[in-house]
Amino acid sequence: MAELSTLDATKTAEGLASKTFTSVEVTQCYLDRIAQLNPRLNAYLTVSPETALSEAKAADERLAKGERGALLGVPIAVKDILMTLGIRTTAASKMLEHYQPSFDATAIKKLRAAGAVILGKTNLDEFAHGASTENSAYGTTKNPWDTTRVPGGSSGGSAAAVAADLCAAAIGTDTGGSIRHPAAFCGIVGLKPSYGRISRSGLLSMTSSTDVIGPMTKTVADAASLLFTMAGEDSLDQTTAPGTLSPEEFSAALSKKDLSGVTIGVPRSFINDGLLPGVAERFEASLEALKSIGATIVDIELPHAKYGIAAYYVITPSEISSNLARFDGIRYGHQSKTAKSLFDVYAQSRGEGLGPEVKRRIMLGTYALSAGYYDAYYKTAQKVRTVIVKELDAALTTCDLIATPTAPHVAFQIGKQSDDPLKMYLEDVFMSPASLAGLPAISVPMDFVASEDGVEMPTGLQLIGRRFDEAMVLGTAHLFEQHSDRIDRRPNLS
Amino acid sequence: MALNREDIVHIAKLARLALSEDEIARYQTELSKILDYIGELQKVDTTEVEATAQVTGLTNRVANDVVVPVDDDTRQRLVDAFPEREGDYLKVKTVFE
Repeated sequence: MAELSTLDATKTAEGLASKTFTSVEVTQCYLDRIAQLNPRLNAYLTVSPETALSEAKAADERLAKGERGALLGVPIAVKDILMTLGIRTTAASKMLEHYQPSFDATAIKKLRAAGAVILGKTNLDEFAHGASTENSAYGTTKNPWDTTRVPGGSSGGSAAAVAADLCAAAIGTDTGGSIRHPAAFCGIVGLKPSYGRISRSGLLSMTSSTDVIGPMTKTVADAASLLFTMAGEDSLDQTTAPGTLSPEEFSAALSKKDLSGVTIGVPRSFINDGLLPGVAERFEASLEALKSIGATIVDIELPHAKYGIAAYYVITPSEISSNLARFDGIRYGHQSKTAKSLFDVYAQSRGEGLGPEVKRRIMLGTYALSAGYYDAYYKTAQKVRTVIVKELDAALTTCDLIATPTAPHVAFQIGKQSDDPLKMYLEDVFMSPASLAGLPAISVPMDFVASEDGVEMPTGLQLIGRRFDEAMVLGTAHLFEQHSDRIDRRPNLS
Repeated sequence: MALNREDIVHIAKLARLALSEDEIARYQTELSKILDYIGELQKVDTTEVEATAQVTGLTNRVANDVVVPVDDDTRQRLVDAFPEREGDYLKVKTVFE
């Protein structure tokens, strides 16, 4: 029953509801496919057949009793930075190699309650620090479209798992582009919800002021149903927005017939530099497609968006330096065997357990927050952030959405950029402004583009919306998905 | 912004990170390069601009000051995660010399 793995989450739920197949069958189908392909792709760090099959069995019992749900019995993958009871959570770090969480993240709790089956945990850049998955302590994930290339990052394992049909849908996290970037590189849909839309409780903190959890899926409709399941106020996360998403608003958004009345702004002077010609062509074709279904395309100016990366790479390391102080070898995780004093337990456990990029960011953040440098770096960055936020908010009063390519180029070769940390940071150039402002943004597949060496690779269109207006983002992406000229294809992994 | 070896050693100490000589040399070059790029921020006019503290617009969200009990299984999982323990106590090195 290999074809079951090609179904998206919505079609899987339909097949389960109509009793065409059972959750145990579809789960087993994915487990077999993972066993066959994961050694090549390294998308999953941990596969959990026993818990997955027992969850599938429980879902089948609920289905047999007549219960129905968008995710009931649907097998999904979860980025290994969300706490999952019963499945180790490593953050792709040696620091947490054997770590067993003591509780479920709120988002996981909600997914489990909805009957989703968790197949396992996916690879990432260590603690989500990176844009290629090369910073994983357990090896790089390979891009299913060309296994000599990176899948993007940091949620590269989730993106590769969706693209290679190793799950029906996946969960990722996005701090400065970590859902959207790998979604574009792997040719799938990735939604970064508004900051505060989904509880961060049980997400291993990186940059608490921009971290969000979100869906990585085969279709926009799937992204909507996963968002719906995970969203909501949570007493364990004081930054979650009060109120719930309105189901009516969403079904209205997803059943729109055209984009009349929708204005999309294009910040040309921000995005024109350094675009791969093929990506620029696909982007223009995508704007034409949006226009043909009724959208009004206007030019906008975002003169300060180009400072997004510089601001982001002060704020992010600063928050990392304090958030990752908890990994000190005392209460959990790796503890140095050779440390003699308390100070050495801290320093050596961290020195041994954390990888190069994590240390780099801790160092950078510690420096930016240290006496004498706080004003020059951290405070300045937060002021520039205010300028960027106001500029985006102002632009979104004249248009409903902002469109950019998700990334300026296609997936690069493994190892090609790993020696240049700054170049890797610049991967997030089009994505960091929305993160700094807490705005919802989606990456939806555009057509394939030939890379410098002629290999056809996926590209993504980014649509940024107003704060908490995921309905506009999803509705527009959903229509675009149906009207783009993208040819439906699957990676050749035989 | 060029950082010297002493800067790196000082930051590493503040960050409680044991670094090898190789790492010290490497971070000295890399961090200096990243700080140069971050220097771009100085080009933005930020006079009279407030620093961002949050983006949600939410204010004063307080939780009730009550103890939330943890069930025995969760408690046991927390204790099981201790790298070093004596019974159910977390064991640490001497704090005062």
